[in-house]
Amino acid sequence: MSKSALIERSRRSERLPSAPTRRRSGRRTGAFWVPWAFLAPALVLFLLFKFIPMGEAVMTSFQNVRPFLGNQWVGLQNYNALLSSDDFQGAVWHTLLLGVGQTVGSLLLGFTLALLLEGQAKRLWFVRSAAFLPVVAPMAVIAEVWRIIYHPTGDGIANQILSWIALEPSQWINSPDSSLVSVMLVGIWRGAPYDMIIIVAGLVSVDRSLYEASALDGAGPLRRILYVTLPALRPVIAILLTLAAIRGMRVFTEVFLLTNGGPNGSSEVVMTLIYKLGFERNQLGIAAAGSVLLFAATVALTLLIQLARRRKE
Amino acid sequence: MSTSFDSALGLGTNNKPWIKVINYFLWALIVIVFAGPLVAIIVGAFSATRDPSQLSLIPQNPSLENFSTALDRNVMLYLGNSLIVVGFGLLFQMLVSVFAAYALARKKFRGRGIAMLLVLATLMLPEEILAIPLSRVLSDVPFIGINLINSLAGMIVPVIAWGFSILVMTEFMKEVPMELEEAARIDGAGELRTFFSVILPTCTPALGVIGVFGFTMIWDQYLLPLIVASDSDMFTLPLALRSLRADPEVGLGVVLVGATLALLPSVIAFLCFQKSFMRGLASGAVKG
Repeated sequence: MSKSALIERSRRSERLPSAPTRRRSGRRTGAFWVPWAFLAPALVLFLLFKFIPMGEAVMTSFQNVRPFLGNQWVGLQNYNALLSSDDFQGAVWHTLLLGVGQTVGSLLLGFTLALLLEGQAKRLWFVRSAAFLPVVAPMAVIAEVWRIIYHPTGDGIANQILSWIALEPSQWINSPDSSLVSVMLVGIWRGAPYDMIIIVAGLVSVDRSLYEASALDGAGPLRRILYVTLPALRPVIAILLTLAAIRGMRVFTEVFLLTNGGPNGSSEVVMTLIYKLGFERNQLGIAAAGSVLLFAATVALTLLIQLARRRKE
Repeated sequence: MSTSFDSALGLGTNNKPWIKVINYFLWALIVIVFAGPLVAIIVGAFSATRDPSQLSLIPQNPSLENFSTALDRNVMLYLGNSLIVVGFGLLFQMLVSVFAAYALARKKFRGRGIAMLLVLATLMLPEEILAIPLSRVLSDVPFIGINLINSLAGMIVPVIAWGFSILVMTEFMKEVPMELEEAARIDGAGELRTFFSVILPTCTPALGVIGVFGFTMIWDQYLLPLIVASDSDMFTLPLALRSLRADPEVGLGVVLVGATLALLPSVIAFLCFQKSFMRGLASGAVKG
């Protein structure tokens, strides 16, 4: 151990917690540009591929994009066109339904799984790892396998399972009535194991003596979960809800690959609509307006959640 | 009564035989529901069945026929593209994250707060939100003026700087005791020497975390390759699955071969780095 380090350490232990001495200037050695040099690659890449595209999206959203003719400023026209279109209103509604359904479904199923699979035993660890595989599998792979499961004939796997419980076969992703629910089921299937792992980690910190105390008071398993487990998990659940809400707004790949918004726009979400406007219908200005609105919604939701969290503390 | 509760339901300590039977039944059900479809992909890749509605956990007519058809359909090219993207992408992503985290965690400097804020802001700017303008920016990169559309570089460069990875690394690096660095400096080591031979070696667990998360993130990319690749020569495996499925001459088996090749690396990465993965999940979730 070097001398200066020892001095530094003794100095630190002497300092009172309230003393506002900013004397740990050991950090401020070296030229001022050194930290910036270390940060430069990240910041330059962020500038090029995050901030400039965002700026461009804002600019484009006020313009009528005309290749070879030059762009035209149109004010809020793109936003008006987008907000008043039935497609967009439908897409927003579907995104909300899908987001809420997937979030709540994953959380409920994940919580159930966590209760069933909580513990240190090796076999529990094995079951948890196996159940976690959907989270790490690429979405494109998951979409392909679910397309097979959802095969719309009576031989399809999902339809066979329906027939076990004496239900009529469904068209799943191929019918406007069931497409959104079918996509939701896939999202829950993929989201639940993720929630499970986070909740299992949270369950470790629940005070075991409270379980025994509640058992002595004659509480059954259900009451134990309601009054001991759930309150202890509140912060974990809050975080899971936050992450899921923000992710849910920009859902794209699963919808694109399972239904591509169809049939008849019955499962169109905001991102698949923006993709179509931008890359298929070449309405870049309107698509950019959609991106800006999506970004604004993300920021608003993030800030709202932060605010709510802070108020609680 | 003195039953001890090691879990909310107390299943582990319950020794009634019927509870045990139900337990094992539920565990089997969970494994089949969540891992079953993925195992069925691999099994199906090795089976010669042509029924598009069936998936089976038990191999039927085992054969390698699907693989030889898949080779004719350029599946190896797509796999190669995916591996190049994830290889270079991950290498540069980890380097950039570690550099940035070093500055954010170990240095005090004017503007540190702003730099941190910029990194946090990028978390709200995922590919999905930027897709439309990003495709334009990639076709004519500002200041440099090169066109990255329809190139693997176009899929690599935008994923190199990743806010999540930088923030996770920053948190870990804050834990390294300051004395180490001061000792190195007194021994006359320069900035880069200190960084590579003192700080980095203490961060290997964190490198595992950002490595496995970065791998999963890049391997799962869909929208970015979708807007970058215009010829099928540039397709990554996930993109190729869709075109294989749409090809009427290609059977389900070949799609499953592609899916298997896309699935296995992520499963292997997860199983090998499971500890890092769980650790990252926990820290990420706690910090929100």
